[in-house]
Amino acid sequence: MATGSDMPLLLLAILAKVGVVLLVLLTTVAYAVWLERKVVARIQSRWGPYLVGPHGLLQPVADAVKIFFKEDIVPTEVDRIIYWLAPFLAFSLALLSISVIPFGESLTIGGATIHFQITDLNVGLLFVFAVTSLGVYGVALAGWSSNSKYPLLGGLRSSAQMISYELSLGLGVVGVVMLAGSLSLREIVEHQRGLWNVFVQPVGFLIYFTAAVAETNRVPFDLPEGESELVGGFHTEYSSFKFAMFFMAEYANIVTVSCLATLLFFGGWLGPVFGPSLLRGLLPIFWFCLKVFCFLFLYIWIRGTLPRFRYDQLMAFGWRFLLPLGLLNVLVTSLILAWRSV
Amino acid sequence: MAPLFYIFAALAILAALSVVLQRTPVYSALSLIVVLCSLAVVYLLLGAEFLAVIQVIIYAGAIMVLFVLVIMLLNARQETPTDRSRLARWLGAPLLLVFLGELLFAVWERFPSASTRAAAAPDAGPRAVGALLFRSYVLPFEVTSILILVAVLGAVVLAKKRL
Repeated sequence: MATGSDMPLLLLAILAKVGVVLLVLLTTVAYAVWLERKVVARIQSRWGPYLVGPHGLLQPVADAVKIFFKEDIVPTEVDRIIYWLAPFLAFSLALLSISVIPFGESLTIGGATIHFQITDLNVGLLFVFAVTSLGVYGVALAGWSSNSKYPLLGGLRSSAQMISYELSLGLGVVGVVMLAGSLSLREIVEHQRGLWNVFVQPVGFLIYFTAAVAETNRVPFDLPEGESELVGGFHTEYSSFKFAMFFMAEYANIVTVSCLATLLFFGGWLGPVFGPSLLRGLLPIFWFCLKVFCFLFLYIWIRGTLPRFRYDQLMAFGWRFLLPLGLLNVLVTSLILAWRSV
Repeated sequence: MAPLFYIFAALAILAALSVVLQRTPVYSALSLIVVLCSLAVVYLLLGAEFLAVIQVIIYAGAIMVLFVLVIMLLNARQETPTDRSRLARWLGAPLLLVFLGELLFAVWERFPSASTRAAAAPDAGPRAVGALLFRSYVLPFEVTSILILVAVLGAVVLAKKRL
């Protein structure tokens, strides 16, 4: 606990940290969209954005300005309060889970130690799951409050999908938690110093990543918005800034899920560290960002490659394949751990 | 910590009132989510992070999602009040007062002076909770799980007449 005189300084440090992390996250979100458009364009033999700035690098800025100045159309039959609440809920929850993600070890400059994490909760992993499990409300309420057919169907689909895949998402990481013996993200990373979890828990990783793609409503599991059948899904009736909030929430969730995959299975910030002390302090962050970037790329790659599932296939896959596999993985892992400890 | 406690305690009570008083089912359900999340914050203030997070995951994230889903499926709009039960209307308020009085009395009995503080908080981490659950309370735990299994089987039988 801080003493009285340290209090304002501590508060300032926390606020600065929150500001920096949010800024980085939102910039990443903006450029993840740019990256997606570029990579998907490559896959489809197109150019993608290239007019605004070199290689279209200023496209996110142009998009942001454009979307702010679009007319905000609110349909007359909507349930006003919830219609407003839903995008804010989706967006703020998407930003919330980044608060427990550690980006690297701590760095000591002139006696002050900086932890690269907003807050180190001892149940950090569960906190992320709690926030994710609330995320479904943004989508479901948006679909319901729009008072229109396509959004309602999209909202219902997404609620069913997110509930179904949340279970597999949780089961996929149980093995990792058992190995590390902790729910703290920092300790889980430290536990992988010898060997990354992806080599110990390959099945767990596959389950986690598949469920995570479904949980973030991305191709091939983007049934909630499947434009060929549902126009735009749950956000059909949203326009301008409120639509942008759903859009940003989706990408922020992708970033969070990628961070979590890196932390749980790919050793987080662990990697070769060398050179002078400042470089030693900053290299872990570089490794972390590199790994997260690989996951973002993988997401886009999958989007450019796979077709969309049919709805019944999606449900059958989640309940009849992924969930039993997750249970089996937990069973086998615990048996091996028990056998070893005897 | 005290101001935070009062803010979230007040929020929980207001939202609980809103659960009862709202006419639109979705608003009631949403208010209940606010109640559950405020309680989670109170747990957090008591130093029980694990319990707080589990409260949000299980109640707000799983059970209430099903509530909201069902309300959406039925597309339940505003309810119209019925005048069927006069008895309930006349008995409701007095019974509520009796219940509140009882509750206050129980709290007052247990904590006579305002300065009473909780004893050193027991370890409420996942390890401690797990040890209690699987050592001291393993029988109730298993019985509960069988109860839930029975309920699930019942639901399946009811929903699917021919298996």
